[in-house]
Amino acid sequence: MTATAPYRSPAAPGRDGFAQVLHAEWTKFRTVRGWIIGLIVAILAAAGIGILVAAGGASATCQTAGGGTVRHDGACGGSAFTLGPGGEPVTDNFYFVRQPLAGNGSITVRVTSLTSLLPPVGQVFGTAPTRPGVVPWSKAGIMVKASLAQGSAYAAMMVTGGNGVRMQWNYTGDTPGLPGAVSAASPRWLRLTRDGDTVTGYDSTDGVHWTVVGVVRLAGLPSTVQVGLFTASPDLPVNAVNIAGISQGGGGGTASTAVLDHLSRSGAWPASAWTGGYTVGDLAAEAQGIGGYRQVAGRFTVTGQGDVAPEIPNQSDPGSGKGTIAIYLIGTFLGLLAVTVVATVFMTAEYRRGLIRTTLAASPRRGRVLAAKALVLAAFAFVAGVLGALGAVIFGAHITESHGYVLFPEPWPTEVRMIVGTGALVAVAAVLTLAVAAIVRRSVAAVTIVFAAIVVPYFLAAIVNLPTGVADWLLRVTPAAGFAVQQATPRYPQVAAFYAPVSGFYPLAPWAGFAVLCGWTLAALAAARYLLRRRDA
Amino acid sequence: MSQAVYGARSRRGWVAMAVLAGMPETLHAEWTKLRTLASTFWLLAGAVALTVAVSAAVASAATCSQGSCAPAQTGVDPAKLSLAGVQVGQAVVAIIAVLAISDEYSTGMIRVTLTAMPRRLAVLAAKAALVGGLVLTAATVAVLASVLAGRLLLPGHGFTPANGYQVLSLGNGGDLRAAAGTVLYLALVAQLALGVATAVRDSAVAIGTVLGLLYLFPIVAAVVGNQHWQRHLEQAAPMTAGLYIQVTEDVGRLPLTPWQGLGVTALWAAGALILGATVLRLRDA
Repeated sequence: MTATAPYRSPAAPGRDGFAQVLHAEWTKFRTVRGWIIGLIVAILAAAGIGILVAAGGASATCQTAGGGTVRHDGACGGSAFTLGPGGEPVTDNFYFVRQPLAGNGSITVRVTSLTSLLPPVGQVFGTAPTRPGVVPWSKAGIMVKASLAQGSAYAAMMVTGGNGVRMQWNYTGDTPGLPGAVSAASPRWLRLTRDGDTVTGYDSTDGVHWTVVGVVRLAGLPSTVQVGLFTASPDLPVNAVNIAGISQGGGGGTASTAVLDHLSRSGAWPASAWTGGYTVGDLAAEAQGIGGYRQVAGRFTVTGQGDVAPEIPNQSDPGSGKGTIAIYLIGTFLGLLAVTVVATVFMTAEYRRGLIRTTLAASPRRGRVLAAKALVLAAFAFVAGVLGALGAVIFGAHITESHGYVLFPEPWPTEVRMIVGTGALVAVAAVLTLAVAAIVRRSVAAVTIVFAAIVVPYFLAAIVNLPTGVADWLLRVTPAAGFAVQQATPRYPQVAAFYAPVSGFYPLAPWAGFAVLCGWTLAALAAARYLLRRRDA
Repeated sequence: MSQAVYGARSRRGWVAMAVLAGMPETLHAEWTKLRTLASTFWLLAGAVALTVAVSAAVASAATCSQGSCAPAQTGVDPAKLSLAGVQVGQAVVAIIAVLAISDEYSTGMIRVTLTAMPRRLAVLAAKAALVGGLVLTAATVAVLASVLAGRLLLPGHGFTPANGYQVLSLGNGGDLRAAAGTVLYLALVAQLALGVATAVRDSAVAIGTVLGLLYLFPIVAAVVGNQHWQRHLEQAAPMTAGLYIQVTEDVGRLPLTPWQGLGVTALWAAGALILGATVLRLRDA
């Protein structure tokens, strides 16, 4: 009798680290032709829709609203954007009654009235405003401006139609002063002092007790600056777009008139008289006879239109020349849908084919399997998302610009954030789908849940024209908040505009919205891990 | 068995009979499958609940500020507003229809089904009829409840006859058309989903395709930036065109009449069913 030694395989034991699980999942993903095709479909769909949108926009009739100029061949073109000191597109057109100020000095004035005219009900752009009303961001007051050149630096103290006294500078800066509306019974005193590059704004209710509102430094302010009284009255924004893209309610040009007195100055003022006029020729306003000033016994009445503020893009206004590259990214929805399907099947196919039992036998640490799947999927989805977004933006911008349109300029870090953010959005949404699929283990349920969580809120908020409060709320708390990474331009509270998802604005800041999506995804992953470990496969 | 009757028929009659013969049995088999699945009932209930809940939520969120309640200013169409939940509820309807066929593929049941009932078109026809019937029933409940909610909620938010809005009532032609048309619309969405699911077999791809067809047209149309393209996209899309049936104000501004719009959805549904039938006929299960 001989004792037989038990058989030992001569092969070295395989390692079972995370790298091996990752490699296994990687191999699974890349060798299923349908999934790779699904990702290619996602890329092509995202880019294709971007191209479609660009081609559609490029063949639209050109409108001149918002700075686009009409060329003789009918295309919108030219360098339509005025850039401010910060490099952002700005509106710099208002009625300015000014004199040069050499060196340092100050100007003080009392404002006793600011009234506005609104466009008639049911008007179209181009009709003269006739209906008395309140324009919340109508502005009148005093200004120190580097020059009359478009987009030059400035600082101003002003009363507004509905937002109290403000100090504003260089188009984007805005600080509140005294609250409340101005009237003869409750006038507002404003003062600006210029000392080198520094401009200080004060306000007062009585002309005796002054409060500093703000101190701003205008880099490179020349020695002689233009100082005087101004009135601006921005267009009312359209406040709704219905499902057919037809804007409803509001919208149209306004005009405002301010009464200012008790003007006093210090410093060297070489000119002998005031000069009034729009800072650029405002043909529409001048044709309607809006704009001008009267000076009677130290009392100035200044009427004007226009605005001095950052310009706001509006992708829902076709042909206005105010579209950003964000509009081409709308194809992300279609790409996301394809990625969702792939992500679902990446998980549910394991259950359908019984492969999950092999997978878990080979790698019994179930949490690791889920993590490996999530990483592999996120990598593929990120690449697909970025490629789709790049394709859409590159081809879309090319088509738009080759038709002579200009795109609303964005700083390059913003463009990078939008494109990389889209990739990250698609990747995180794919992981969310994977987690949901691991929880429900059914393809239809997983796809529908993710679609309902990501696309339907956007659809309801942007397309169905829900009331703004509900729409904002939807895009704050649902995973659809992640689309905020595609927002091109920040909201400026001091500019009334059509801030809505359909015009490219989200209620949360870009990365805050993305964090909401990540939060949902982490919660779903935690639930998936718990269930995967607790349940029999 | 009814086989005995075939012999006496002409060839054309024989073909017709071949599709119809055994139809009661096929219907009965499919009905048994559908009725004994717990998910069918829950999904139908979910579709009704979701539709009514969203409709009521939208109706109660709609407001108009004092002095600007005229229809021309708010753009509110009471019938369309109080049926808004359909835009969400239709997703559940699509799930019901997709599952009716793709579940058979994912479990392998389809091979048993086609062995027992080799007339494949009859199987598809039976599924279409049964899913259609169930969805019609559920949609009727959902639409009636949504209209009732709108009728009760909207006048409280300023949408009163004094401001130029009719009180919702199935007694007036436009509202009746909107309500009945919405029921038909949901049934057509179910047929579209069934056709797509039959063609692609995989449930994830099927539901993805259906949701994409329904929701992405309007999203793209909203930003395409060209009014002509927008109109074309909207009148060709199964959802936007079909929901023209809900419009009761300014019907003249629509690119298509409401019934033509519903016809577009019907064409999509028919196209999907024909594609599904062809593929089912030609392909191995």
